[in-house]
Amino acid sequence: MRENDDGQSKKKKKKRNVVFVTVGTTCFDSLVRAVDAPEIKQDLLNRGYTALLIQMGRGSYIPTKCGGEDGGLAVDYFTFSSSIAQHLKSASLVISHAGSGSIFETLRLGKPLIVVVNEGLMDNHQSELAEELAERKHLLCARPQTLHQTISTMNLESLIPYPPGDATPVAKLINKYLGFLVD
Amino acid sequence: MTMGFTFAITLTVAAFTVIVTRIIYVIYKSSKPLSKLGPQSVSTLIVLGSGGHTAEMLNLVAVLQKDKFTPRIYIAASTDNMSLQKASALEASLVDERDDGTMSKKALFMQIYRSREVGQSYLTSIGTTLIAIIHALWLMIKIRPQVILCNGPGTCVPLCLIAFFFKVVGIRWSSIFYVESIARVRRLSLSGLLLYKLRIADQFFVQWPQLQRKYRRTHFVGCLM
Repeated sequence: MRENDDGQSKKKKKKRNVVFVTVGTTCFDSLVRAVDAPEIKQDLLNRGYTALLIQMGRGSYIPTKCGGEDGGLAVDYFTFSSSIAQHLKSASLVISHAGSGSIFETLRLGKPLIVVVNEGLMDNHQSELAEELAERKHLLCARPQTLHQTISTMNLESLIPYPPGDATPVAKLINKYLGFLVD
Repeated sequence: MTMGFTFAITLTVAAFTVIVTRIIYVIYKSSKPLSKLGPQSVSTLIVLGSGGHTAEMLNLVAVLQKDKFTPRIYIAASTDNMSLQKASALEASLVDERDDGTMSKKALFMQIYRSREVGQSYLTSIGTTLIAIIHALWLMIKIRPQVILCNGPGTCVPLCLIAFFFKVVGIRWSSIFYVESIARVRRLSLSGLLLYKLRIADQFFVQWPQLQRKYRRTHFVGCLM
């Protein structure tokens, strides 16, 4: 699997294979620091990714920029952008904080997703959603300190596409309660 | 003197009994669907919670029959600029669909003072919640909705409390629907728990089956996102 990916990346040297990291409007330095670590960057490179783009939000840890000319992983970052959707669309792999907005936007695009739970949050109910969706194999769930292990052992083929949500069951129950005829 | 005292006690007890009976009656009646075939259309208050909450709510609004749920009044926290923009984009798309421009008059957009910011301590929340309740009361007197749709967080709690108060006093009967956020898999949110335990939400929807098993009066509806 890994050798296969290696081969592909050599053949399509020019094709950009971007890993997009997003923390939304939060401050999540431990995630930015984790993806900036050499062993994770090496792993991503081995798996055929060519670039790492980090949306770092309100965090203060500045990752090391790298052009990737030496055959290494190109690393770039920014704080906020109005075109997150565009970055998600052009990514091959998304590593996201556990906010439901980011999670469902990525799943709707059918992109492989690793959600990293921020254990520093006061009211940490966010892990519930990520863990449930991971159990249903729609995404992978990690913590900053386990991210490296998740990336080195991940099998993205095993992920199951997320079926789009449907609000009609709620609407039906509301209609029924209010006595509206449902067509 | 003692006569007057006894009279005062009796009056207080009577008043208390009437109020409690009325509250029990309101809760009982709210637990049942509206008895007769409902009105042709209902004024609908849609409380937008910000971020993911707003996205879920607008997914629901998108599938409602717009001619039944009209007029629609959207409320978002004053600190939240995005939600009303997204709602007006949705309403604008309805106008385009109909192509007659009448829909735009059937949607109103309002902002409300927020009771609790994400991460704010529970202690300081008490003061800000009080101010929020007064503002909410003012808005609710103006709107007097027949239907309230909400899905947390904090903003919707004062609005629902006031709506319940209006039901008890007889100012306006409303049906309150709460959809717990998709992010809540194992436990209800604080807002959800309040509205569920106090039986203020007439119908309480959850998006995960394990939540329904834990809170038996809820309805499982699957994922909105």
